Amino acid sequence: MADITLKKIYVKVWRQNSAKEKGRFETYEVENISQGSSFLEMLDILNDKLIREGKDPIAFDHDCREGICGMCSLYINGRAHGPDRDITTCQLHMRKFNEGETITIEPWRAGAFPVIKDLIVDRTAFEKIQQAGGFVSVNTGGIPDGNAIPIGYDDAEEAMDAASCIGCGACVATCKNSSAMLFVAAKVSQLAKLPQGKVEAKRRARNMVTKMDELGFGGCTNTGACELECPKGISISHIARLNREYLVAKLAE
Amino acid sequence: MSKGSFLSASIGRKFLMSITGLFLVTFIIVHLTLNLFLIFDDSGDLFNLAAHFMATNPLIKIMEPVLAIGFGVHILWSIIITVQNMRARPVGYNKTSQSVNSTWASRNMFILGGLIFVFLGIHLYAFWWKMKFAGDPLLTHTTVMQGGVPVEMENAYNLVATMFKQSLFYSITHILGGVLLGLHITHGFWSAFQTIGLNNHLWRKRLFVLANIIGWIFAIGFSIIPLYFMIKF
Amino acid sequence: MSKIENKIPQGPIAEKWSKHKATIKVVSPANKRKLDIIVVGTGLAGASAAASLSELGYNVKAFCYQDSPRRAHSIAAQGGINAAKNYQNDNDSVFRLFYDTVKGGDYRAREANVYRLAEVSPNIIDQCVAQGVPFAREYGGTLSNRSFGGVLVSRTFYARGQTGQQLLLGAYSALNRQIAVGSVKMYTRQEMLDVVIKDGKARGIITRDMVTGEVQRHGAHAVVVATGGYGNVFFLSTNAMGCNGSAAWQCYKKGAWFGNPCFVQIHPTCIPVHGDQQSKLTLMSESLRNDGRVWVPKKKEDAVKLQKGEIGPNDIPEEDRDFYLERRYPSYGNLVPRDVASRAAKERCDAGYGVNNTGLAVYLDFKYSIERLGKNVIEARYGNLFQMYEKITDVDPYKEPMQIYPAIHYSMGGLWVDYNLMTNIPGLYAIGEANFSDHGANRLGASALMQGLADGYFVLPYTIGDYLANEIMTPKVDVNAPEFIEAEKAVTGRLEQLFNVKGTEPVDHFHKKLGHIMWDYVGMSRNEAGLKKAIEEMKALKKEFWANVRVPGEMNNLNPELEKAGRVADAIEMGILMAQDALDRKESCGGHFREESVTEDGEAKRDDDNFTYVSCWEYQGEDKDPVLNKEDLVFENIELTQRSYK
Repeated sequence: MADITLKKIYVKVWRQNSAKEKGRFETYEVENISQGSSFLEMLDILNDKLIREGKDPIAFDHDCREGICGMCSLYINGRAHGPDRDITTCQLHMRKFNEGETITIEPWRAGAFPVIKDLIVDRTAFEKIQQAGGFVSVNTGGIPDGNAIPIGYDDAEEAMDAASCIGCGACVATCKNSSAMLFVAAKVSQLAKLPQGKVEAKRRARNMVTKMDELGFGGCTNTGACELECPKGISISHIARLNREYLVAKLAE
Repeated sequence: MSKGSFLSASIGRKFLMSITGLFLVTFIIVHLTLNLFLIFDDSGDLFNLAAHFMATNPLIKIMEPVLAIGFGVHILWSIIITVQNMRARPVGYNKTSQSVNSTWASRNMFILGGLIFVFLGIHLYAFWWKMKFAGDPLLTHTTVMQGGVPVEMENAYNLVATMFKQSLFYSITHILGGVLLGLHITHGFWSAFQTIGLNNHLWRKRLFVLANIIGWIFAIGFSIIPLYFMIKF
Repeated sequence: MSKIENKIPQGPIAEKWSKHKATIKVVSPANKRKLDIIVVGTGLAGASAAASLSELGYNVKAFCYQDSPRRAHSIAAQGGINAAKNYQNDNDSVFRLFYDTVKGGDYRAREANVYRLAEVSPNIIDQCVAQGVPFAREYGGTLSNRSFGGVLVSRTFYARGQTGQQLLLGAYSALNRQIAVGSVKMYTRQEMLDVVIKDGKARGIITRDMVTGEVQRHGAHAVVVATGGYGNVFFLSTNAMGCNGSAAWQCYKKGAWFGNPCFVQIHPTCIPVHGDQQSKLTLMSESLRNDGRVWVPKKKEDAVKLQKGEIGPNDIPEEDRDFYLERRYPSYGNLVPRDVASRAAKERCDAGYGVNNTGLAVYLDFKYSIERLGKNVIEARYGNLFQMYEKITDVDPYKEPMQIYPAIHYSMGGLWVDYNLMTNIPGLYAIGEANFSDHGANRLGASALMQGLADGYFVLPYTIGDYLANEIMTPKVDVNAPEFIEAEKAVTGRLEQLFNVKGTEPVDHFHKKLGHIMWDYVGMSRNEAGLKKAIEEMKALKKEFWANVRVPGEMNNLNPELEKAGRVADAIEMGILMAQDALDRKESCGGHFREESVTEDGEAKRDDDNFTYVSCWEYQGEDKDPVLNKEDLVFENIELTQRSYK
């Protein structure tokens, strides 16, 4: 696990003090970064330097730093979560970068995800979509035994595939249309595959899609980019299921 | 919610695109099949018969406006969708590396469609407009045996063949048109099934292969016709 | 000890909870509508509580510092959730889960609380299934189980390596449903900075909007703290970067007792530290110990060669591998509880047998299970964990053993609560990891998720009614009352103070220093001299912090450094209390290992005669030593024995 140290790299990063102010790119030098460091650790080091120089550190979202909370974002060198597959930015390591390289970092770009500060965007739109129907309407208590309704292995696995969405927004950031279809599909598909969720599947698909449209996300043109940039590799087959669920829901009206 | 809200919803709009798209694909399959008669019979009789049939058959006559509506909706909705989608990202990226995660055709369906639209204009002016309305000195009359009976009809073959033999512009635009259409289909065909929900992880690969096959057939099929006339004559 | 009323009901252990439920007060639906509850934190405990309370009809205000409730750190739990379902027919029962948990916690948890936890555990699984949590299933459609450290039955339910995520998304979806109908008002990117006490009761909180910097007052009839643990006092831990004990610490400073602060869990299977640029440690699920074998080289010269990188682990022949857990603990083997596994790893590394360039790592090897079960089976079970490991370390664990080392993971200690989960401040509740109640001195794997959801879904919604039934005549809490104004002023004052130090060192500088002191002296192994030294060093660090910290940016804008500064200021004080508690507890138990108290063969030695109590620390004022109150632990159903996994 002996990693090389990058003597100097350049970081070209979007700086924007608040939602109302105009933003711009700034380029910074970062020295002596071990390739074993994570990308966010590199930003920590840069921020440490900026603070010591009396400058405002770069604001970026992050929390668990193990690829599961979905808080970290960043569009790095033209790709959501940077140049690696099946990971979030916090799992990206400096091994993917070379000596002397200039790394471009931008916030997620979408009308529905306005910038709050620097690289932090507001993903409240995702919350609103979930609140529109991303649940099974059961109260706490009075529930039959967990084994009362058998669920086939394959169905459970497929539901789990969809459920692994971490809500980071990479799909929206990557999509040329800023579409949230993969995000919505993940929830709709997960619950549609399970008998517990099936009961209100139609209502769910209808309400979530309506909310998604209302919030200004673009439509899906099936480029498949979201699937490849999704840190959890969620398949666009779930989008096909969402389309099906939605059409059936609409036909049933 | 009314039907109207379905068509104004993002999925509803794309549903229309898909349905019209698939309808246009079936039209193009027929169109290509008939056009390939151009290169299988140098006398032109076969093609002329087909053209005559298409011009006189009542069912085709009914289908003609339907086809026009299909084109119209497909084009109009593509504009609506594209504008809507562009609005979804008011501030763009400084640097993108989209080629790693998607095909060029899938990202540029509107541009491909736009170019095909331009081609369609040229194509319609060159053939359909002349045959249907304006007429052309090349459209001489010819007599073809149909079921043992001689029938007089327009020599559409002469028009097409002469145009391709004489005009490099028309030949090249038609080759380009075929290729653009093929590219458009490589994405459009499977994408249509995805949008109407007739897809899953198994069928996805099959549809993708099928889309590529159809796309290639269209591209080769349509460009081989002008190439045939350019090379042979 | 008359001061401590833990409200544990009388009667046989199996009847306590039902009896208690039958006797506590209930609030009528009409009155619930008039009552407001604040829930701080939206992890498993907070989200499940907020959703359940709102379903009952209370008005709930929920707060989290992340941009969404779904991101709370419960999401990172990988392995699973325990429940006494006995689906495997392996003679599991409520009593066995209760017994395992008390024993696993080294007899420092409350019997009654733990029994209740075991009792409601089956309901949790049912609830989650109904919400659409995609638990792993067998081909016949029934739920799957796996086994975990410290137990002899298979009772852990799981959803791939993402159980915490799936359970949280279940609770989050229930919460969303309530937000949609308007009965939960959700505040995201809001951090609680103080609790407001009025007439001796908790009546609200002061928060800072992390986007605008606005300090706000929020009132309610009860306040529920579900803000997780304080592992980040150690700087490097498996906690999320934002996890902090500050909310609980503010409660402590307002008079709530802090229970067993020295009980923190050190998880044995984390990816080792790679260097001084590291910000955070990554946990590898304990479930890996089901199929992985832990070893170090038998010969010291091999260890040295491995440390230098001259040879690789696969060069060590079978007979030269020391499977030390299997050797020392033949009956539990690689599945000993976390504290035992962690200490054993440290013992080997301290003795010079550690691997990695630092000598601070041991191997977790899957070669044997791959040979036995095939790569496909291992991939199906742990594929995502293996992938994560490879992304971080650049080593393929299918080919080469993983390197692991213990790291701070969980805090068993927390705010002291009674049987109703209420702190000693009326109307102030603490649930989930934020309280101290269920895990004693060591938590068993897959029990944190169980406790969080038990508290939130099935305990608090009942017990809070007992308090609120007396509050139905209390009108809406007026946030313009002098107590609120004063608390807000204090919060603003402290923020300004942090801002105005204008020193030279960034916040992380102090946090790292604190982490080093804690890890060296208050970590896996503690002794009197070290603890005293740590206290002195932390007191000095506190002074240095307030004299030399630099907080950049603006007060009224998003400012992560300002947030961190407040948390680190609290963390230093917390560290001091942890060391004080560790100093007081002269026995070894669970995660707390005092070098002065060991058995002849080097195992932890408990001292039941002198330390069978919960330490309840009471704040006395800035820089004054706190007072220790003791709640005696009474064991009526389980005989106290020296814990053995041999």
